[in-house]
Amino acid sequence: MKGLISWLDNRTGMNGLLKEALFERIPGGARWRYVWGSTLTFCFVVQILTGVVLWMAYSPSAGTAWESVYYIQHEMTGGWLLRGLHHYTAQAMHVLLVLHLLQVIIDGAYKAPREVNFWFGLVLLFLTLGLGLTGYLLPWDQKGYGATKVATSLAGVVPVIGPSLQKLVVGGTEYGHHTLTRFFALHAGVLPGLMIAAIAAHVALFRKHGITAKQPYKKPDANFWPDQVLMDGVACLAVLGAVLYFTVRHHGAELYAPADPTQPFNAARPEWYFLFLFEFLKLHVLTDWFGHHGELVGAIIVPGLIAAVLAAMPFIAVRRHGHRFNLAFLSLLLVGAGLLTLRSIRSDRNNPEFQAAMSQAKAESDRVVALIQANRGIPRAGAAALLKEDPSTVGPRMFAQHCASCHRYDGHDGLGGVSKELASAPDLKGFGSRAWLAGLLEAGRITNHSYYGGTKFREGKMVKYVTTKLPKKHAADPSALEGMIAAVSAEAALPGQAVADTRDAALIEKGRSHVRETFGCTDCHAFRKPDDEASAPDLTGWGSREWIIGITTNPAHERFYGKRNDRMPAFGKEGRLSVSEMGLLADWIRGDTAPERVVAGMK
Amino acid sequence: MSRDPDEVGGISDPDMSESESSTTASRRSFLKEGAACVVGACCVGVPAVAGLVAWLDPLSQDGTSGDVATRVATLDALPADGTPQRVTVVRGRSDAWTRDGAVPVGAIYLRKTGERAVQALHSMCPHAGCFVDYQAARGVFFCPCHDSTFAVDGSINDPHSPSPRGLDALEVELKGDEVWVRFRNYRTGIQQKVPVS
Repeated sequence: MKGLISWLDNRTGMNGLLKEALFERIPGGARWRYVWGSTLTFCFVVQILTGVVLWMAYSPSAGTAWESVYYIQHEMTGGWLLRGLHHYTAQAMHVLLVLHLLQVIIDGAYKAPREVNFWFGLVLLFLTLGLGLTGYLLPWDQKGYGATKVATSLAGVVPVIGPSLQKLVVGGTEYGHHTLTRFFALHAGVLPGLMIAAIAAHVALFRKHGITAKQPYKKPDANFWPDQVLMDGVACLAVLGAVLYFTVRHHGAELYAPADPTQPFNAARPEWYFLFLFEFLKLHVLTDWFGHHGELVGAIIVPGLIAAVLAAMPFIAVRRHGHRFNLAFLSLLLVGAGLLTLRSIRSDRNNPEFQAAMSQAKAESDRVVALIQANRGIPRAGAAALLKEDPSTVGPRMFAQHCASCHRYDGHDGLGGVSKELASAPDLKGFGSRAWLAGLLEAGRITNHSYYGGTKFREGKMVKYVTTKLPKKHAADPSALEGMIAAVSAEAALPGQAVADTRDAALIEKGRSHVRETFGCTDCHAFRKPDDEASAPDLTGWGSREWIIGITTNPAHERFYGKRNDRMPAFGKEGRLSVSEMGLLADWIRGDTAPERVVAGMK
Repeated sequence: MSRDPDEVGGISDPDMSESESSTTASRRSFLKEGAACVVGACCVGVPAVAGLVAWLDPLSQDGTSGDVATRVATLDALPADGTPQRVTVVRGRSDAWTRDGAVPVGAIYLRKTGERAVQALHSMCPHAGCFVDYQAARGVFFCPCHDSTFAVDGSINDPHSPSPRGLDALEVELKGDEVWVRFRNYRTGIQQKVPVS
């Protein structure tokens, strides 16, 4: 062993190198305040290790990026851990960079002759931000897509070269395959390559000039090994602990629903370490002072000036009170950024619309995972295609867009939005169910705005029947109503009621005769057989998928309201909605949204 | 020639002694230096230029797809009261190596402004490209990125709006009962409405 080492040393001179690396003298002994550079190097190594393995599973194209990240996060053994480590270490790096910068400025380690090394540090800072920026597009989810869209439109406001710059960054005029391939090449090739070179220069220059020891010395001088190495190691372990904590807590890193440029994504926010800039751009002072140039000033000029001041700090330090100015400037900058970040977080926390958008985004991402797992994989058309044919995703959106101006769903517009106006048509949550029908048949409720309160049927025969005749009939035969309700509701064959419908088969059978005889529903309605005389909506298959598609296609059809139709548009007949769209809407209202059924229906 | 032949860009060759230097040697050395630089530049330059040319390829693309009108809705399908209706634009799309026949490429808002008049607005905020959502309850277009709003006709609605212009109107054509729109994207963050090209 000894022979081998001395042979190697003779050929490589490695012992000398190792000695130089480990036995750097530290005046005043090892200190905790010197650990930041090492923790950052550690983070970078973690990013290289996790990044290379992520690379082995990632596929950068518009049709495969989200899908491959899904696979890493949800299917690969330990994939979530790998992704979480990469995601949270990136965030740790931003925090550690700020701490490192602070320590360097406070200790005066940026002053002559260390100017060039300080600049390398700044270059590393911007490279890290660049890695963050290019990294979060790669999953091609709604969040990354939206955030990057904002970032690349900022590139477009750069004077003169803006549009060309944007095109080069995006890889064309529109987002697509080449946006991903370009961002990925930057993220995994160009930027890490530059970073390795800059770190090498940074460390070499650091060693050339030696450590800027903090006065007064509290302890005797020590060597880098083992005193400082131990402290650095403990600090790295603490960083790793924090990263693991967040990784395990969030089971990896978040993955929103696949990017969809045709849907609004109201939960769009940049990563937290860019929130300060995001919030800064929201400040009214920018538009008040600079008008439509606010964007250019806020996103390009001000950050550019700040970077220029940072770069000039070694020269400012030479002047009288220069060091103090630098300290004050950096402190103000950090406090300002901190306050802006807090302001942004707080305003989102107190914004119910944003919170609703967040929970919708969360629900959508859970949903697509459930669909994929029910399908035992993602179809070649991609994960977004699954969501496009999913009633519980598309249903509420269509309801909000087409139905919610009159109807409500559990009091809201399907997506959680609450209108100040009263509904002018029934609330369709639970439509077809026994509970819904029971409410309709209750004298005190039928004229509520969740039933016929807002319609012209308020004055109609049905309301009259429910408020006058029905209570008498119910009094005469108290058990009949339950059967009648069960019988009519069974027509809907709701999946959520399947168990009850099977269990109550006898009650339903009896109820069918109550529909005709006891309550005389068939005086106006058809029920389970054609009736040319019927003047009210068909109760045969009432609330079924086919029935809902029918009434949505044309409510003024003889089978439904005929001429008495109250304002409801013929969505199908007028071409506003296709049959498949109406089917998705019906499935959603009927609660027919079990992932297995949805996936089976797509085939 | 006054320069020291031993010095090439500050790098001196310690093996070459002072006595060997002469005008001929200096000239020869200069030629060698020049040739070395040219050869080196060629070696690095050819792949670098090839890479650069390919990298600049996006600049030669243009977004003229907007010159084609796309059928997006029928007149009947739009609410008579002028409420904006979000419509997905479905048409052929090329993305690098992929060519799709009919896929959703974006979304617009359509609004009836008369019996046979329709206004089409792009769903993308002209500020930073976020998706603007029509909020029926408030009767405004809302951009979630900077909490700004646009009036129902697309004009800027709040005094502190960071947007340099109102929502971009798209060219509408009525062919009988059908609404056709020339869908295209516009540059964001500037006051003028300039198509992305």
